Amino acid sequence: MNHNWEKEISGCGLSGIISRARKFIPAEDIIKTIRIQHDRGNGLGGGFAGYGIYPNYKDYYALHIMYMNEGSKERAEQFIKDNYIVVLDERIPHRATAHITSHPLLWRYFVKPSSTRPDMEFETLQEDDFVVRTVMKINSEIEGAYIFSSGKNMGAFKGVGFPEDIAEFFMLEQYEAYIWTAHNRFPTNTPGWWGGAHPFTLLDWSIVHNGEISSYGINKRYLEMFGYQCTLLTDTEVVAYLLDLLIRKHGLSYKVACLVLASPFWKDIDRAEPGEQEALRQLRAVYGPALLNGPFAILFANSDGLIGLNDRIKLRPLVAATHHDRVYIASEESAIREVCQRPDRVWCPKAGEPVIALLEREAEETLPVEIDIQKPQFA
Amino acid sequence: MLKTFLPPEFKVQIDHERCRHCKRCLQQCSFGALKFNDRVIPEHRLCVACHRCATFCPEQAIEIIPYPLAFKRSPHWTVTHRKNAYKQAETGGVLLTAMGNDLDYPIFWDSMVLDACQVTNPSIDPLREPMELRTYLGRKPDKIQLEATKDGKLKSKTKFPPQIKLETPIIFGPMSYGAVSLNVHKALVMAATEAGTVMNTGEGGLHKELYSYGDHVIVQCASGRFGVHADYLNAGVAVEIKIGQGAKPGIGGHLPGEKIGAEISKTRMIPIGSDAISPAPHHDIYSIEDLRQLIYALKEATGYKPVSVKIAAVHNVASIASGIVRAGADILYLDGFRGGTGAAPTVIRNHIGIPIELALAAVDDRLRQEGIRNRASIIAAGGIRSSADAAKAIALGADAVAIGTAALVALGCRVCQMCYTGKCAWGICTHKPELVPRLDPVEGAERLTNLLRAWSLEIKEILGSLGVNAIESFRGSRERLRGIGLDAQTLDILGIKPAGR
Repeated sequence: MNHNWEKEISGCGLSGIISRARKFIPAEDIIKTIRIQHDRGNGLGGGFAGYGIYPNYKDYYALHIMYMNEGSKERAEQFIKDNYIVVLDERIPHRATAHITSHPLLWRYFVKPSSTRPDMEFETLQEDDFVVRTVMKINSEIEGAYIFSSGKNMGAFKGVGFPEDIAEFFMLEQYEAYIWTAHNRFPTNTPGWWGGAHPFTLLDWSIVHNGEISSYGINKRYLEMFGYQCTLLTDTEVVAYLLDLLIRKHGLSYKVACLVLASPFWKDIDRAEPGEQEALRQLRAVYGPALLNGPFAILFANSDGLIGLNDRIKLRPLVAATHHDRVYIASEESAIREVCQRPDRVWCPKAGEPVIALLEREAEETLPVEIDIQKPQFA
Repeated sequence: MLKTFLPPEFKVQIDHERCRHCKRCLQQCSFGALKFNDRVIPEHRLCVACHRCATFCPEQAIEIIPYPLAFKRSPHWTVTHRKNAYKQAETGGVLLTAMGNDLDYPIFWDSMVLDACQVTNPSIDPLREPMELRTYLGRKPDKIQLEATKDGKLKSKTKFPPQIKLETPIIFGPMSYGAVSLNVHKALVMAATEAGTVMNTGEGGLHKELYSYGDHVIVQCASGRFGVHADYLNAGVAVEIKIGQGAKPGIGGHLPGEKIGAEISKTRMIPIGSDAISPAPHHDIYSIEDLRQLIYALKEATGYKPVSVKIAAVHNVASIASGIVRAGADILYLDGFRGGTGAAPTVIRNHIGIPIELALAAVDDRLRQEGIRNRASIIAAGGIRSSADAAKAIALGADAVAIGTAALVALGCRVCQMCYTGKCAWGICTHKPELVPRLDPVEGAERLTNLLRAWSLEIKEILGSLGVNAIESFRGSRERLRGIGLDAQTLDILGIKPAGR
């Protein structure tokens, strides 16, 4: 499939749970939150991401790869063997179920970039950068091979089916995580391709997304300037790469990255006090091509925490709640109530206002002012 | 022997039943095409179809039609070719013309269509929701560094290059005082100020009276250096180095001495009545490294205001553009082969240069491939006729578009292409004291402001239908364009898919 000619369109349901105290959350909880949103999908895509699931291999990149054929596996493995130290490679555990009848080869590798890899001859890349490059290379150059997860101590599990069936297929009950995200997909046109399901990941970033990024065309071209190749036939992919660029490469904080992705309106910037006004003006002038325009509700997670964000005029639903050390974010309040009967607080985040829930270790950002759901908010 | 073999181009028909002999048409015609002898008598040969007489005839008694003289048909020996040969046989001269290339080359704007939202993403109503067109022209750094102040406010630690703030991504392209009248310049600066955009002086300097509008002016420095002095360079928000013009790439300009009256003389800093000749190249720019020197000389002279470099779209425009950006330009002004002029040899205007659509796409691609697209803003110009053309240019990658002919048309111009004669009946391209007052600058400014407002509203409607509420989400988003009836290679150059894909 030529990735230049295809673009996916989809609507969806999503949910995420984080234990800020890093207490393990059983997979059953996240499955319940997404199962109740069954009608938000159409059986053409479901997936999960869990953080803290590979404590025994936490220092190794966990590459989850799907292969459409044996040949692509041979080619990808040759590249991995030439460039990485592989401490474990195995079939990603899965079982036959009533609803998932055909699927690609699913394999995972716990790896570390080798210090004697061939590219060291002509440049010195950081390990993270080399892994990013590996993902770009295998996904764009090896036909039929797709890396769908590449972080440390985390993993994505996704495929074509309803999310509850995908969970059963991947035997998700055997994992525990302190952050979970889940996605139920309603694509309006799909090649029935497993790579098109969410979450999308890059390094330890994972994204689940409900919406259509109407600015996809320029977001993609902007990312290409920095060497990112959008190959996964979906606009959600650009979010993963933008976060990688803004946060990992350009060193913006989570909050500032959210100001890029859902930037304030000029009328609001013009009202800010002069110093901040100038900062916001510069941010928008520089990162305008990274603004995500169009309807979206997005959850993004990494090894620091979970962030929920709406587009700047809130065209898709997003509800958040807290209960003790847990923060829940989902498309529907019902998803949260399914696993948390009496949250401490429930609110609808305002348009463009992120919910940033970080793990306790290094909380550089605190939760923004919370809004009571009883009070209607107009953005 | 006949004075000329050349037949008239137009025929003026007077409806003598309706004509009340008010002779207003005679007053209005600046080309001497109407006489009066008991009744109005047209001299067809002199009519240029500027419509001034017909517009002002209170009885609607004037009709102008193509001169009905059949030529034996030949697709190869067009009538134009034959007429041009008569003209040159009679004069031995270079044929002169004005305004943009009028040959029947493909117009790619008309082979591109825009997208809209249906179901899967909502369209946005610009009458009810914010819809942002604000655009900043100038160099943008790759990234910025921010810090939080003690009270939790954001603060930038980045020294940010100066920017030109536009409330709409449409600016007025350069038209010099000399080519156009002072009233045109006045109308342009007033409209630019009102609409929150900028006008460009062109190469003839800026009249002292207009310095107070400097926040909405880009001053130009061209090969003739007319009117260039320290105050002038600092009078505007940016300085533009004019290398070339879409209508006449590679050649200079010639403003005849008869147009150099006292005011133009003062503004251009040349003697009254002397010809103002712009050399073909800048004689201090024979290479890209020379350009870099002038860019930085101008930055030094202006305390580092943005410097724009204007070039005509020619074959290797992409690599030339890349060199210009690397030489330090903050803005790259691309002028396509449909761009206008006050005077140019017909052979140059009609046969040199490439379409802006292709040039723009190629330049935007090249700057992105080289990772330097953010270092300069791109202004696309040369035949932008409507908000649709402007929107398509922005989708192809332009930061803003510049309009020249469209602005003149808003002032009444009929595109009769007689600018070089200095007889403009609409008071636009003339310095004849009896013609200049025909354009009232205040009324002109209002018409121009209306045009900008109308186009801006239309662009907002387009953005809304596309489901985006900021121009930067549309800029360079070629995904939202599709080609109709274009071949694979053209689609590839434009970077767009064919309709249906």
